Amino acid sequence: MDKIRASLLKKSIATKIERRGKILSLSCLALIILVVFLIFYFVASRGLATFFQNHINLWQFLSGIQWNPGTVGSNGQPAVGALPMIVGSFLITIFSAIVATPFAIGTAVFMTEISPRRGAQILRPVTELLVGIPSVVYGFIGLQVVVPFVRNTFGGSGYGILSGTFVLFVMILPTVTSMSADALNAVPRYYREASLALGATRWQTIYKVVLRAAIPGMLTAIVFGMARAFGEALAVQMVIGNATLLPHNLVSPASTLTSILTMGIGNTVMGSLQNNALWSLAMILLLMSLLFNLIIRYIGRKGKLNHER
Amino acid sequence: MADNNTMTTDQRNIMTFDPQAHEIALSTEDLHVFYGNSEAISEGDLQFERYKITALIGPSGSGKSTYLRSLNRMNDRIATVKGKIMYRGLDINSNDIDVYEMRRHIGMVFQRPNPFAKSIYENIAFALRQRGMNKKADLDEIVERSLRQAAMWDQVKDDLNKSALALSGGQQQRLCIARAIAIKPDILLLDEPASALDPVSTSQIEDTLLELKQNYTIIIVTHNMQQASRISDYTAFFNLGKALEYAETGDIFTNPKVDLTNDYISGNFG
Repeated sequence: MDKIRASLLKKSIATKIERRGKILSLSCLALIILVVFLIFYFVASRGLATFFQNHINLWQFLSGIQWNPGTVGSNGQPAVGALPMIVGSFLITIFSAIVATPFAIGTAVFMTEISPRRGAQILRPVTELLVGIPSVVYGFIGLQVVVPFVRNTFGGSGYGILSGTFVLFVMILPTVTSMSADALNAVPRYYREASLALGATRWQTIYKVVLRAAIPGMLTAIVFGMARAFGEALAVQMVIGNATLLPHNLVSPASTLTSILTMGIGNTVMGSLQNNALWSLAMILLLMSLLFNLIIRYIGRKGKLNHER
Repeated sequence: MADNNTMTTDQRNIMTFDPQAHEIALSTEDLHVFYGNSEAISEGDLQFERYKITALIGPSGSGKSTYLRSLNRMNDRIATVKGKIMYRGLDINSNDIDVYEMRRHIGMVFQRPNPFAKSIYENIAFALRQRGMNKKADLDEIVERSLRQAAMWDQVKDDLNKSALALSGGQQQRLCIARAIAIKPDILLLDEPASALDPVSTSQIEDTLLELKQNYTIIIVTHNMQQASRISDYTAFFNLGKALEYAETGDIFTNPKVDLTNDYISGNFG
């Protein structure tokens, strides 16, 4: 009896190992949190320096259309107007999402509803392969194929929003497709059965029941694709022309936050206005990706409520 | 075990109807169902009389659900169904049949209540709209009639625009029945419609089915033998992909001719 009491009160090896494991995984988590926090701190401290150390007006930064941080603009202030890049980033993000969405939904419907076997065997691996291709490859093909095509078809130099849209469309299509397919697969089978048993055709079932039920998941897919498009730097930089001008049509050279950032960051001195202004661009990017994340979480939570039974 | 099988496979007792005295709503001839290479239904031919409730009973995996789902070709994309399913003199298992139109006449209610994530009203209006019925007055009328037939109009008439997912399980299942009868099918197939429900909801569903019998031919799969004996006119006993006994419900429960049926009913296996 006392032996059992003693053994119950003794610290066993099992509890020790368990505690060690707990500490180990907790410290991994802490490291990641620390890294995220440091990134935010660093970007914010550099990015905000533009406004607090160099005394640039925030509104001027967001709405100015002249970008040449080393020099003084027409209003006597340093020319740090980020509007052209902000507009460029948003335009190619929205356009590529608009172009990619119908293709992605069509492919996803084919993959999951119309030909699930071929979808699983061929289309899905191919789509996943496309996700893994490095962006420099996309950019290079864009430079060699899309830019001349745009130049010959629509005029202009070929560099610009339109070329950027085409390249990003191909880049985000696989992501949006495979996530849409996941969303469609997650629609319970009994929805389809219920609809078919009522004499609805397959198309009516897909269009009226399955797609409707998958809307939150597909919105998430689209926003995810937009986040990727917004953050893509290299491929876009290769085809957009990188002129810090407010785009007045789709085939004139333009620029995005990312393309200006990657082009400029190596040529500036830490702590200078030029450098700080670039960090401010990075801050906008970070805030935007945060926003995209929040939107995805919000949609995800709403979607869950819809499916609860 | 092996002995037992060889002994019982020979023993079958399947009733057939005299076509003069009984109207046959649906029957199968030489029906075989395969999942890949394995045969799920090998001998299951039955006739179903019009405006009667026929219960299919049997242990899990006996093939009764597979058989039922084959009747309106819900197994088309899952299994291979060979043989004839006769409905109004037509073989509805042939390629010439418009499957979607056929399912309008042979409706189905599933084991798990499966309303769409739409309002109560829209759940019933769904199939009607798919058939081009858009007039509000017509839709209203059919929604009310269907809900009344499913004995739930009084409970939900003020909440027609509420989500169907907010209903209780029993109400959801009756909504599914209402949805199925809204398109006025001839035959209603039910796959264990009450197995996920509590006893009170179950008895309400049973009352609804007895009510519906006046206008519909009902074929119901059930695990619950009391349920089969309470509501059905005829009962078929399935085991290992074969219909072994088919008779009037009273006979099969009091005087089964096949030993396995007797064993199953008295709870010796299954």
